[in-house]
Amino acid sequence: MQQDDFDLGAEVARLRADNPRIGAIASFVGLVRDLNDGSAVSGLTLEHYPGMTEKALAGIVAEAEARWQVLGCTVVHRVGALQPLDQIVLVIVASGHRGDAFAACEFIMDYLKTRAPFWKKEATSTGERWVEARESDDAAASRWSSQKPGKQPV
Amino acid sequence: MKLLYLASLRESLGRATEEVAPPGSVNNVGALVDWLRSRGEPWSVELAAARRWRVAVNHEIAEPATVVKPGDEIAFFPPVTGG
Repeated sequence: MQQDDFDLGAEVARLRADNPRIGAIASFVGLVRDLNDGSAVSGLTLEHYPGMTEKALAGIVAEAEARWQVLGCTVVHRVGALQPLDQIVLVIVASGHRGDAFAACEFIMDYLKTRAPFWKKEATSTGERWVEARESDDAAASRWSSQKPGKQPV
Repeated sequence: MKLLYLASLRESLGRATEEVAPPGSVNNVGALVDWLRSRGEPWSVELAAARRWRVAVNHEIAEPATVVKPGDEIAFFPPVTGG
């Protein structure tokens, strides 16, 4: 968790440095949009639960490591006041091959969105409002539970 | 035990934290919620069964049967919306 912005290129370089076993890196960057649920959004504030957030993210990454070959992983989530165009969240997964990297990266984001204690409050033209949780996010996370854990061949 | 209210629940309950000492029979999350509701509004309204909220005990997601004891940190919050 950090208030400051992050640099995708610098984080990827750090993750892959000196590890010639890494053959694939998948990354995801989430951004602040200026529109949500039909209203113009001028900014948002991200709150989290210090103490639990770190534990929840570590648990999600550990679960990804149990399911896929993960040679390195970086998760950065910003908190505090953000504006449209700002970066919010970064997930990078390094693996031997692309299949594990893509899957683990998507899994971590799906679980982060439904299990990590972050909350968004949007500023709109009609005032501030807490963002409501989406059922589509629950559905995205639950589809992983029907898949058996287990590493694919390297 | 220390109670924390986060995000929209902090605002609707009008406080971020409180220290409580419920009777000894309040030994799990379900009993704690019943006890909090018995204090009346705003808890009876904001922690009503129909509302969507979550509980964590000592930073782990909890269920009604999760044990609570003096010294625990118990957090109440709405469904998460990060990412």
